[in-house]
Amino acid sequence: MYEKKGLNKIKDKRVDWEKNCHSKAVKNRPERKKKFENLSASQIKSLYTPEDIAHLDYDKDVGFPGKYPFLRGVYPTMYRGQLWTMRQFSGFGSAEETNNRYKYLLDHGETGLSVAFDYPTLYGYDTDHPLARGEFGKCGVAISSLKDMEILFSDIPIDKVTTSMTINGPAAIVWAFYIANAENRGISKGIIGGTIQNDILKEYIAQKSWIFPPEPSMRLIVDTFEYGFKEVPRWNTISISGYHIREAGSTAIQELAFTLGDGLEYVRWAVKRGLKIDDFAPRLSFFFNAHNDFFEEIAKYRAARRIWAKEMKKLGAKKDRSLLMRFHTQTAGCSLTAQQPEINIVRVTMQALAAVLGGTQSLHTNSMDEALALPSEKAVRIALRTQQIIAEESGVTDTIDPLGGSYYIEWLTDKMEEETYRYFEKVERLGGVIPAIEKGFFQREIAESAYKYQKEIDENTRTIVGVNKHKMDEELSIPILKMDEKGEHRQVNRLKKLRKDRDQSKFDRNISCLKKVAEGNDNLMPYILDCVHSYATLGETCDVLREVFGEYVEPAIY
Amino acid sequence: MERKIRVLVAKPGLDGHDRGAKIIARALRDAGMEVIYTGLHQTTEMIVETAVQEDVNVIALSLLSGAHMTLFTDVTKLLKEKKMEDVLVVGGGVIPEDDIPELKKAGVSGIFGPGTHTETIVKFIKKNVKR
Repeated sequence: MYEKKGLNKIKDKRVDWEKNCHSKAVKNRPERKKKFENLSASQIKSLYTPEDIAHLDYDKDVGFPGKYPFLRGVYPTMYRGQLWTMRQFSGFGSAEETNNRYKYLLDHGETGLSVAFDYPTLYGYDTDHPLARGEFGKCGVAISSLKDMEILFSDIPIDKVTTSMTINGPAAIVWAFYIANAENRGISKGIIGGTIQNDILKEYIAQKSWIFPPEPSMRLIVDTFEYGFKEVPRWNTISISGYHIREAGSTAIQELAFTLGDGLEYVRWAVKRGLKIDDFAPRLSFFFNAHNDFFEEIAKYRAARRIWAKEMKKLGAKKDRSLLMRFHTQTAGCSLTAQQPEINIVRVTMQALAAVLGGTQSLHTNSMDEALALPSEKAVRIALRTQQIIAEESGVTDTIDPLGGSYYIEWLTDKMEEETYRYFEKVERLGGVIPAIEKGFFQREIAESAYKYQKEIDENTRTIVGVNKHKMDEELSIPILKMDEKGEHRQVNRLKKLRKDRDQSKFDRNISCLKKVAEGNDNLMPYILDCVHSYATLGETCDVLREVFGEYVEPAIY
Repeated sequence: MERKIRVLVAKPGLDGHDRGAKIIARALRDAGMEVIYTGLHQTTEMIVETAVQEDVNVIALSLLSGAHMTLFTDVTKLLKEKKMEDVLVVGGGVIPEDDIPELKKAGVSGIFGPGTHTETIVKFIKKNVKR
């Protein structure tokens, strides 16, 4: 990005500065640490100059927002035109309680919804299944049928507000609940907007809430891609997620590399099925973590956009919409401390700021109490206000990609891209993403990083304020969310009534039809939708597919 | 030679958060204990069955889904039924302060929340294990 003559001059001056200025200063006042490393263990120099990014070509490698390679942002106007969607991941107890929480959040200025489901729902079990014992509504809302979905969104304008749903193994079915509910309310599926996470590869790798083995899972996902662009065109049919990979303990580089690798794998499967890349690629979306290392996180988002654009082009995408990587961000739950919980507000602020400076399209800010329980109303309101302050007060939204061109940021972006390609090669040598999962490659890499991080904290080489430095012996002082204890009882009764009241012959017909289609190759979505409309429950629908597809079992590696 | 402390690290229920369990499994192994980790999605019956088969001294339960009041106490109940109260039970995860007294009463001897030094857990086990 610099003329050769100018660069030579900078080099001479830099060498002079190191010899005659910096090294003397270090002698007088030694640096605080022997080495400075970011969270991916990359060595960080004391200073970056134009020399570090001399190899970059502005037009080819950096460019302009809304133009290839989308490094500086996916849209030409970014936050000057429209702010990111403020979308708080939320759900607990019964559909009634969560519906109230959604209304509360919308009343306080939230601009999108995001559903957290409880564990039985994530595994495709109804609330009254024996394996659901103790889990009802604990880490999300329990949704076992269309009836629950109706309650979850009652009095919420789903024709206007978009909804993201963190659901993977049974994503197609839960999405069908949402579509069916819209249809029953007279809202066309052609206009509803939102996202299903639907990313099974990272389930095997990190989040571990799967149902079926890889092959049928991938088929279901491609079914949703196809059904989506044809019938529900404003829906993001996948949110390819690094968030959980990071939460499981990966570094930022591993998060970046494994997520993009998963994304490309989905594209390959869809193309292999005969879908046209420019038909489905515009509805692919991403989801990243925002962890503690401020600049590393910003560089990660920027690198992700450039790598995705390059790789999609290589796979034959022509439309700009297919090349640009839109993403949601959530601040790092694993970085929150149970000690001095109020200081988590500060962590979240820094992390959210990194996401915004990295050009996110949508953001969840964690609540200060999440290392202890699900967030209380007050805690989640402060978390939402944090985003609103960044958006409305800080001024960081006034210009696009304000850190672009920083010697350090551009160098780091480039470095992360390089390391990502190194991982791509490793995975390819293992035979691709699914064979690498089956060999435990990702799982082992993540477990290694997680253990190293914990050791650094235990050995005091990594500081976590309140945990291994600046500690206090204080009593816990923040209120904890209490759930309605009658919720489970209500839900179980609702299920019983639903199974009794529905048109049994219609139900039987649709369920046996689904089974037949599952045994063949046709797109399953229309048949799932029929089942859901006849009030088949989540568990019943998944059981049919379990029977045909089998279930996934993972090897235990630590 | 003294027999090594045998620990079963277990994830009861549907919770998939296994970062902590894996770290604890390694930390206990590095501290010289014999560790059995049975992976995810264990029913409480499976956990107690493994504890019998593997003749462990300690069961270390990890749960971040919020179902600890049900699932941890299911384990201690089953241990009582099988007259295995000499097995030390500890637990970790996202556990609110208010729940701790009841869990201790039910027989979960140590509760370790986020931010606990792994050495604290090692010391606790060495001090409280019955052999």
